[in-house]
Amino acid sequence: MASVVNPAFLELRVLHKRYGGREVLRGVDFAVAAGECFALVGPNGAGKSTTVRAIQGLTPTDGGEIRIGGRALAEMGRAARADMGVVPQTDNLDPDFTVQENLWTYGRYFGLPKALIRQRSAELLEFMALSDYAAQPIHSLSGGMQRRLTIARALINAPKLLLLDEPTTGLDPQARHLIWQRLRELRRQGTTLLLTTHYMDEAERLADRVGIIDHGRILAEDSPRGLIATHIPGDVVELRRVDGELPDPQDLHHQWVSVSERVGDTLICYGTDLSPLLMHFAEDPAYRWIQRPASLEDVFLRLTGRDLREESE
Amino acid sequence: MPIGEILPGAGALAVLQRNFGVWRKLLVPSMLGNFGDPLLYLLALGYGLGHFVGRMDGMPYITFIASGIVASSVMNTASFEGLYSAFTRMSAQHTYAAMLATPLRVSDILTGEVLWCAVKGLISAVAIIIVASFFGAIQGPWVFLALPVVLLAGLSFGGLALVMTALAKSYDFFMYYFTLAVTPMFLFCGVFYPLHSLPPFAQQLAQVLPLTHAVALLRPLLTGHLPHEVLYHMGVLLLYTLVAYVLAWRLFTRRLLR
Repeated sequence: MASVVNPAFLELRVLHKRYGGREVLRGVDFAVAAGECFALVGPNGAGKSTTVRAIQGLTPTDGGEIRIGGRALAEMGRAARADMGVVPQTDNLDPDFTVQENLWTYGRYFGLPKALIRQRSAELLEFMALSDYAAQPIHSLSGGMQRRLTIARALINAPKLLLLDEPTTGLDPQARHLIWQRLRELRRQGTTLLLTTHYMDEAERLADRVGIIDHGRILAEDSPRGLIATHIPGDVVELRRVDGELPDPQDLHHQWVSVSERVGDTLICYGTDLSPLLMHFAEDPAYRWIQRPASLEDVFLRLTGRDLREESE
Repeated sequence: MPIGEILPGAGALAVLQRNFGVWRKLLVPSMLGNFGDPLLYLLALGYGLGHFVGRMDGMPYITFIASGIVASSVMNTASFEGLYSAFTRMSAQHTYAAMLATPLRVSDILTGEVLWCAVKGLISAVAIIIVASFFGAIQGPWVFLALPVVLLAGLSFGGLALVMTALAKSYDFFMYYFTLAVTPMFLFCGVFYPLHSLPPFAQQLAQVLPLTHAVALLRPLLTGHLPHEVLYHMGVLLLYTLVAYVLAWRLFTRRLLR
């Protein structure tokens, strides 16, 4: 395991947190190795953002411990944040400042010397493809550019640990791909990344390991491939009837597949050999079907259930 | 919480610098308000009303009112900054959240904000002093001693306003503070007429309010006299500043570090 070779850089041990009577973290426990990218995926209200706030020391916890670089966060206090970069879920750039003024101002919050701030700002704007907009006001930037600036801002202190809370939510595919490239580049340079997301493709593309979190607990934790192999070996067939009626009402599929579930008008079957199932239904004109490899999304939905989560964290 | 958490560090200056940077961007409309409003007040009250009032407390009414307007403007400016502007930074712009993701602590942010309220109060006071000087309504050798008093008054009004901001759910909440605190102080603390014209119980009540003490210090200093009971008046303003700071720190900590 990677965490044995590399000592854990960030460790969360049985973290508990209550808001009033509601337990939002119920023993969150995972470790991230130095230079690793760990993705915390979970539905809304699962405890992702609370976990990220706890790692910054911005929320008192009701039990458990966080260690960074072998030291207890509780003893480090705000010094811990000097080596951290944070990309928050809600954009909070300074709307009255230009692009570069945002970086300069933020650098001062870290107490960095002016010359270093200027130098890093120029480099970071280059890295995030924003150099041409350095003197532009924030409101002239697109959503994707504002996110890139927020990431550049989070890097002004050259952090060892970068926390990204849903970094690409609401962005178009082009903007997301550019951000993913830059995050992979940072990881290659040795930055430890912890990101939360509810986009499975994002976790699959970026993360060395994924922790699936729900109701304040880590349900499973492994590499994206490992999670799929463990929880959904093989392929997936989705079966629907053209007329919208219940597919396979007599449950014939049970003789060919061991794992299946019904979701609305769809029957989803999992297995390594799904050909007998397809032989029966594929020729039937009343049916529509697709066969695809199992994805992280299948694992996620099987572990966290398919009920809608409307509440926000 | 250890006691060290409540004491601000150098980070407060970065917060102050940030606010100053934003203010500089909006310099023209801001200065127009700083110079324009007192000019209108001085003309309307000093000349208009002053024509009927004549002299008050041994000086022309425009001279009497000018120092009162300096004091009340410090209150209004510092209060507005600590209420509406600070609330905007906290809730609409999430500026505090951005700051807390850095080594800045609640005490650094709060201190930067209180200092900025005081600086804004000082800017408005200086603007009025300049305008009123042209009317001959500010005079004497002690004008420069008024500036530290203005800063202290700005700290106390800014601190009180930030207590309200730490409690506020929306901008509407601030109407309570204006109606129950700012407006009564504006009207009953000696800005427009001397305190001794109020009935005794009202005079005693006024002693509890910070603006009374700001006026008691600023009026003599801005009209060529040295104030009486300097330590008492400064002490009350200092007490307000410290109590408001501790209270605001507790409330902001509870709100921001949930």
